[in-house]
This record gives sequence, C-alpha cells and structure tokens, in this order.
Amino acid sequence: MTEKLKLIDSVQAINWNRIQDEKDVEVWNRLVNNFWLPEKVPLSNDVQSWNTLTPEEQQLTMRVFTGLTLLDTMQATVGAVSLIPDALTPHEEAVYTNIAFMESVHAKSYSSIFSTLASTKEIDEAFRWSTENENLQKKAHIVTDYYRGDDPLKRKVASTLLESFLFYSGFYLPMYWSSRAKLTNTADLIRLIIRDEAVHGYYIGYKFQKGLEGESEARKAEIKDYTYELLFELYENEVQYTHDLYDGVGLAEDVKKFLHYNANKALMNLGYEAMFPSTVTDVNPAILSALSPNADENHDFFSGSGSSYVIGKAVNTEDDDWDF
Amino acid sequence: MTLGIADRTGTLPEAGSAAHEQPVTSAPLIFFSSASGYTGRFADKLDTQTGRIPLHTSEPTLLAQRPYVLLLPTYGGTAASPGAAARGAVPKQVIKFLNNEHNRSLIRGVIGAGNTNFGESYCLAADIVAAKCRVPVLYRFELMGTSDDVAKVNEGLEEFWTHQSQKPA
Repeated sequence: MTEKLKLIDSVQAINWNRIQDEKDVEVWNRLVNNFWLPEKVPLSNDVQSWNTLTPEEQQLTMRVFTGLTLLDTMQATVGAVSLIPDALTPHEEAVYTNIAFMESVHAKSYSSIFSTLASTKEIDEAFRWSTENENLQKKAHIVTDYYRGDDPLKRKVASTLLESFLFYSGFYLPMYWSSRAKLTNTADLIRLIIRDEAVHGYYIGYKFQKGLEGESEARKAEIKDYTYELLFELYENEVQYTHDLYDGVGLAEDVKKFLHYNANKALMNLGYEAMFPSTVTDVNPAILSALSPNADENHDFFSGSGSSYVIGKAVNTEDDDWDF
Repeated sequence: MTLGIADRTGTLPEAGSAAHEQPVTSAPLIFFSSASGYTGRFADKLDTQTGRIPLHTSEPTLLAQRPYVLLLPTYGGTAASPGAAARGAVPKQVIKFLNNEHNRSLIRGVIGAGNTNFGESYCLAADIVAAKCRVPVLYRFELMGTSDDVAKVNEGLEEFWTHQSQKPA
C-alpha cells in the first residue's frame, strides 16, 4: 500500500493547564478511570459452560468474536487515528490516542477469550471465516473508505456509527448467553467493552456536533442526509450479516430489534432524532437486563409499576456539606 | 445559553440583575445538562416549563420557587469496580443545587437520563438523588430520548402533579 495516512501539520507541546474544552478533560478522566485489561477477568471459569454449548453454538460464538475483533482492530489502527488530524484541541488529540489504544485492548481481549475456550484449529478457522465472510468484509470496507476520505465531519459520522451501531450484531450474543447463565465471565468482559464504546461514541458524537455548529445550513443538511444514507447502507448490510450468523440458531429477528435500538442510539449520539419506531425497537427484556439491571420497565413509575419505590416528602439531612 | 439566565420560560430575573445574582425559577421541572446538551434537548421537547441548573459551579445556583421534578443525566462508568461507581455519579452542579436546603425541600421526584451501556451505572445519579431525598424515580430514558419518551414524560408529569395536588399537605 503506497497511500499515506494524513498526519497533523504541526505539533505543539500539550498544556493540560490551559483547557479550551472541558469535555476533553472530563472524557480523558473517565476513560482513564474505566481502564481495564482482559487478564483481570477470570475467563477460565467459563470453560465448563463453554462445553455445554453445541458445536454450532460454539462456532457461532467464535465467528461473532472474530467479527468484533476485526471492527476493534480497524478502529484502533485506522478509525481513531484518522480523527487526530481533525482535532479542534490538542487535548482532543490525546483523547483519540487513548481511544485507539483501548480499541487495541478490546481486539486483544477476544484473543484471550479464544485461547481460553477454543483450540488453535478452531481459532484459525474462525479467523479464516472472518476474512471470507462477504458482509463482514463489506462493513469494514464501507467504514474504512470514509476514514480515508477528506471530509472530517463524515469521518466522525462513520466512526460514531461504528462505535455505537456496528458492534451490536456481535454484542447481542454474549448478552444472550449471559441471560441464560452461560459464559458469564466472558459477558463481564464484553460489558467492559460495551461501556467503553459508549464513552467513545458519546465523545466523537459530541465533537461532531461541535464541528457542525459553524457550518452553513446547506452543509448541515448535506451531512444529515449523508448520515441517514450511510446508516441505511450499513443497516442493510448488518441485516444480511445477522442472517448469516444467527439464522441457524433462530435468533435473527431478536438480534434485528437490538440493531434498531442501537441505531437509534447512534443517531442520538450524533444529535439526530431516532429513526426506528418503538414497534421495532422492543428489545428482548432478558437482553436489556443482561446489559443493564436497571433497564427493565418495572422502574417506570409513570406506568404505574413503580409502586415499590418509597414515596415520601423530602427530608432535610443534617449534613453541612450534602456530599454524595 | 446565556449564563446567569436559567431557563427559557420559568425564570424571573430581578430587573437589572447581574450575572452573579442567584437566578430563581417557578418551573415544575428543573434539569441539569452538560455542554453536550443531550438532556437539555429532551427538556426542550417537554410541554412543561423548565429551569436549568447553571453549567458551572462557579455561578450561583438556581433557586426553586415551587415543588419540582429534577431531571438529571448520568455520564456513567465513573469507576472500574462496582460499588465504587456511586461516587462522582451526581454532577457537581446538581450537588450544589441540592445543598441548598430550600431547593431540597421542594423536590418531589426524579427523572434520569443515561445509557444502558453503562450497566449498573445506568441512570445511577437519579437513583442516588431519589434515595437521598426519599422521592421516587419517575422515569428513565437514554441519551436525548425518543418521541415515545417525550410523550410518556409529558403524560406522566401531568398525572403526577394532579396526584400531588390531591395529597394532604
């Protein structure tokens, strides 16, 4: 490959005592606090559980994880790095380097899962599958094309859609296993990745909106159209990919609801309205509660099911400093 | 948003008030939203009057004038280990607002904004404030909310205030 990745034109010593955008510091701190390594997760406790899966379920799981490995590798070596030349502040550049490194940690953590659960032969077969699966390769190509393009805002859109949408056809499966009390340690590790991707999507989406602020109405309309078009292109491919993977175990329709739900969240991260109506985003409650124990509808007081909550008048505490 | 002016409808700034004077609000919904503004965008879509807690703790906080519901986001994942996540979940600006005893006495419910990706921390700040003030968490939604969320909160708040007005003082 002869083409070169664009680098920033000039570098000045970064001064963390002069902050132009407080979000840079806030997100940097959050990412640092969230730092983790796969070695801290006791994956080997899942070996017994892995052996209860059918060969087909094991193969599906391996394929899903190689697909996720590809996306994380892309985001680490191309995606996050391609955003650096467009950064508005030196601190934003630093945040992208953090994001890029963490994506490498994610990519590596799937290999930790593989080496714990599978044989070298199975691992090699799954990686071979990932290079041969048309829809997986297509999604990688669509996104990397935009990363190579010369429009900074479009790059951020592609990146946010990758972080907030494209991972979820894969993330579904460990949440599904977790809801059935299988591979629960693997699910714990995936939840750490899911948490990181949310911060990445939020931050890149925020920077996208900052960048959009100064643009003309015509340009804003162009970017908005482009975003929905790209999402739709990726969505159609995701649907195919989902059928490739999940038809054999009969989960494709359930996964698609999860895709719709996350597509809406990706759009919101970019400041756009949700696209999919609630009739197709009704994610299986077991999946939602595997994701977040607080997410089930019993917590909705307005629907009349919140009677378990203590209702009372506010009481004054005696703390001088009402600390949390 | 102009600093010192707390909201779009509910604020009653004194004539000629300077930025350092305390803004007051008669809105039944008070919210905090950071520079990214997702929670604020949800608040803007509601039918009710809203008051915004100032973005910076260096500014005087908002003073509530009537019972209100507090809407606040959780940015989530503040710590690597469960349990430790609780600390720092409630934005400093909201703490400053609730440190005012008068404000605290008027809170009647909490609505949380968040992201289920944050797992156990999803809308954690809302849970913490609700437990501390002994008021219910009324609703949770993600990011800037869907049109369904807006409709449910509009409806829910109307019913909630009707019930509240029927309760003995």
